[in-house]
Amino acid sequence: MNDQIAEFAGPAIDWFSVSPLVVLLAGALLLLLVGSLTPAWRRGWYGLASAVTAGVAIVLSVVLWRDIATSGPKLLVGGALALDKFTLLATIAICAATLLVSLVTSDYLAGENSDSPEIYALYLTAAIGGIVMVAANDLVVLFLGLETLSLSLYLLAASNRKRAESQEAGLKYFILGGFASAFFLYGVALTYGTTGSTRLIDINGALNSYITVPRNDTLLLVGIGLMIVGFGFKVSLVPFQAWTPDVYQGSPTPVTAFMASAGKVAALVALVRVFVTAFPSRADDWGPAVLVLSALTLVVGSVVAVVQTDVKRMLAYSSISHAGFILVGLEASSHRSSADVGDGLVAIGVYVVLYAALVVGTFSIVTVVARNTSDGATSLDAFKGIGKNNPVLALAMTVLLLAQAGVPLTSGFVAKFGVIQAAVSVGSYKLAVIAMVCAVIAAFVYLRIMVSMWLSDSTISEPVKVPLFSAVAITVAVVVTLAVGILPSLLLNLTSGLSQLAIK
Amino acid sequence: MIASTQEVLNFPILSMLVILPMIGSIVVALLGSSRPEWMKLSALISSVTTGALSLWLLTAFKSGEAGFQFVSQHAWISQWGISWHLGVDGISLFLIVLTGILFPLVIVGIDPHHNETSYFAWMLLLQAGVMGSFLSLDLFLFFVMFEIVLVPMYFLIGGWGYDQRVYAATKFFLYTMAGSAFMLVGIIATVTLARHDLGMVTFDLVKIAEGAKFSTNAARWLFVSFAIAFAVKVPLFPFHTWLPDAHTQAPTGGSVILAGVLLKMGTYGFLRFGVYLFPQAAMWARPAIFTLAVIGIIYGAIAATMQRDLKRLVAYSSVAHLGFIVLGTFALTSQAATGAVIQMVNHGISTGALFLLVGMIYERRHTREIAELRGIQHVAPIFAGVFTIVMLSSVGLPGLNGFVGEFLILIGSFGPARWWTVVATVGVVLAALYLLWAYQRVFHGEPDEANSAFKEITFREGLLMSVFVAIIVVSGIYPKPILDRIEPSVAALIEHVEGQTK
Repeated sequence: MNDQIAEFAGPAIDWFSVSPLVVLLAGALLLLLVGSLTPAWRRGWYGLASAVTAGVAIVLSVVLWRDIATSGPKLLVGGALALDKFTLLATIAICAATLLVSLVTSDYLAGENSDSPEIYALYLTAAIGGIVMVAANDLVVLFLGLETLSLSLYLLAASNRKRAESQEAGLKYFILGGFASAFFLYGVALTYGTTGSTRLIDINGALNSYITVPRNDTLLLVGIGLMIVGFGFKVSLVPFQAWTPDVYQGSPTPVTAFMASAGKVAALVALVRVFVTAFPSRADDWGPAVLVLSALTLVVGSVVAVVQTDVKRMLAYSSISHAGFILVGLEASSHRSSADVGDGLVAIGVYVVLYAALVVGTFSIVTVVARNTSDGATSLDAFKGIGKNNPVLALAMTVLLLAQAGVPLTSGFVAKFGVIQAAVSVGSYKLAVIAMVCAVIAAFVYLRIMVSMWLSDSTISEPVKVPLFSAVAITVAVVVTLAVGILPSLLLNLTSGLSQLAIK
Repeated sequence: MIASTQEVLNFPILSMLVILPMIGSIVVALLGSSRPEWMKLSALISSVTTGALSLWLLTAFKSGEAGFQFVSQHAWISQWGISWHLGVDGISLFLIVLTGILFPLVIVGIDPHHNETSYFAWMLLLQAGVMGSFLSLDLFLFFVMFEIVLVPMYFLIGGWGYDQRVYAATKFFLYTMAGSAFMLVGIIATVTLARHDLGMVTFDLVKIAEGAKFSTNAARWLFVSFAIAFAVKVPLFPFHTWLPDAHTQAPTGGSVILAGVLLKMGTYGFLRFGVYLFPQAAMWARPAIFTLAVIGIIYGAIAATMQRDLKRLVAYSSVAHLGFIVLGTFALTSQAATGAVIQMVNHGISTGALFLLVGMIYERRHTREIAELRGIQHVAPIFAGVFTIVMLSSVGLPGLNGFVGEFLILIGSFGPARWWTVVATVGVVLAALYLLWAYQRVFHGEPDEANSAFKEITFREGLLMSVFVAIIVVSGIYPKPILDRIEPSVAALIEHVEGQTK
């Protein structure tokens, strides 16, 4: 036994290729260590440190992107992680979300008088988990990432110790999330039992190799099903969405922004990678399941959003229906062979990036507006008369809401267009129509918020002030939304080769 | 229409027609709070310049040519085969001119009363969107423009309308957006299916219409997906229920634009996209569309007769009038389609003017209830005279503009849609009934105390209305120059349809 350990040599690690992870980890550790050993920093510095860390990670990812563009996708750490454009796009989205959310959190915590380094360290840790998830080429590694992300999110949800709702949200999320992780892990185990590997590409190979031999797929299908359930919880697909509105509402608003952006990007991208890389041979089995889940998620998400009275709950349901939209892209991928997963993957990549920017911007504005209410409430009433009170802020919110509704000349339309195009090009007309109709239903929700802002009389006398960091975050989100909306080529130019996943 | 004539022109006039109001809108929004007087001036300048450009376009337009003129094409989203592709032909020319002149008139002539900055900014953005819709020769660009129009109109109704404005604005937005949801899927499916025939992905209208061969079944589905969007926009019975609410609650300026140009986006869309792209499917769908159009004519007329609110009456009369236009569009004879195009413009003028007059009545009396109004003719004879002319134009009196279009539509439709046309003719009679009856109740009789203080038309209002009256009379008496420009394009379209359906 001892001999074996002595002989064991870890896989060669290309440190530069994992540098975004290393930077985030270093940032998290530094914040925790230095932050706890030194007296309280001046206002805003913790947030800034976290933002800078995420910014450096983005820069490194961009450099890696250029390398990939010339040298092609590759596998890292002995095949545990995949480095391709799909990974990097999601990495950049997660880091950008971390950056913006850190800025907003800084203002939020200053308002609550409880600025401390822990929350930022948790953001960075969660981002690490998310990046591991999107890069994972192995189900066990994926699970590691998933747990790192989830555990950080549980703590973040409960991070506001002054509010009972926040703690309730954390507990609720923890219990249901733990449950979902168990489902997922069981699915991994069954898949391993059938195929003898947890490596995504090896699973595919195993499934293809005995394709001619009569076989019993029951264990595998149960495994796939359980994984869908696990992912379903994480990305809140109907019928696994019950926790979402409560947790989104109860968590501190910047944390909600983080969950809805970085958390969702990570889980969705990982979900897509697993199904497209490991199980293309069983696409006929999971395709219909994804179709049903997608349709259900779209319909329930948008319809239930209509009857909400709290803006955070509305946005929670709208994020559910957005997840349904992204699944439309996955469903489109299920119609293709693994060699050509094409439009669906590109559409999903574009969608998650744009959605991350949108949702961070939207929740940032909710944070800013809620600061002004006496109890931090986010009911629709809190938005009344913002249009007269602070027209610029209201205009920014209007742009973001119209984008969420998918109105042309905003990024939301580009995202939706790509997904619908992917669906239509493989002949999924029904799902495309369902998705578009649900987008209209969801539009009613955004109109309600706009009505409150512009067409109702103000209940607040003092003008809503936007702190500097939040203003920066909101501006970035709005600029991205409009720039990509008007000139989609900016983003689409980057998507060539996006569907080339690293498999070797 | 078939061969798009590529004009090499130094001045990109069509792009300017879209971009100028857009810039105006941004300038207005930026100037608004700091320099109110400059804000108003820049709103005026950009809308008047756009109007002048559209008039210049009218003079520069080569009469007797069928193809697209002043074409301007630039790559926009090359990955998806989408370009900024604008062009004008006889079908769109007068709608563009109408858009060009109606907006400055509304901006000059009607006071928003409050929040002027945002009102003007939305108005100009609306103008850009409408212009873009009529000029687009790219399916994607058209969709973008068609959809973006909703946003300013939503805010105009919601922000400056009457009591039920929020409800009406939301209903308007959601109805139209629901319609275009189907169209988006249809557009993408059209492009995807056309890819095989064309060998590339392109959203170019002309390329697809001329080059793609859709299977009968696919073409029908695609046509239906487009038709839903346009039917909501027109609105065709039974998709019309948003219209009376939107019209009644919208501010006068909003109603004028809504009736004048926005509804035309639906009928124009039918002709430009539905019929042009899917001629066979359009032929196949004809009986159903004729039936809905004729139901709309009769139903709109009867509903208008029943209204107590003057503005709602005009709104329902729109449903009836647009039924005629749809009937003419789908008769697919040269006469009827020409009539439909000219009637789009006429309806914009006469119904726009009617909404203006109703708005003036409301300004004076703060009510639109027909029962509350009486004997206005005695206290305001000039106002009554203007109202008479506009109303008679709407009724379709020979010698005024409304007659030309209606007559051509009925003549041209009689062949392909005999019985439907016979029923539709009843609608002409009913139109005379409800409008004359309303006129009688509002203007005749002895004015009571409240109505005897009714103010005569002011100079500004008179100036505004004189433009409308001039167009009504001139184009009614001498429509030939207009017809000369419309007819070749329509004839080419009909030829295209006949070539495809043989």
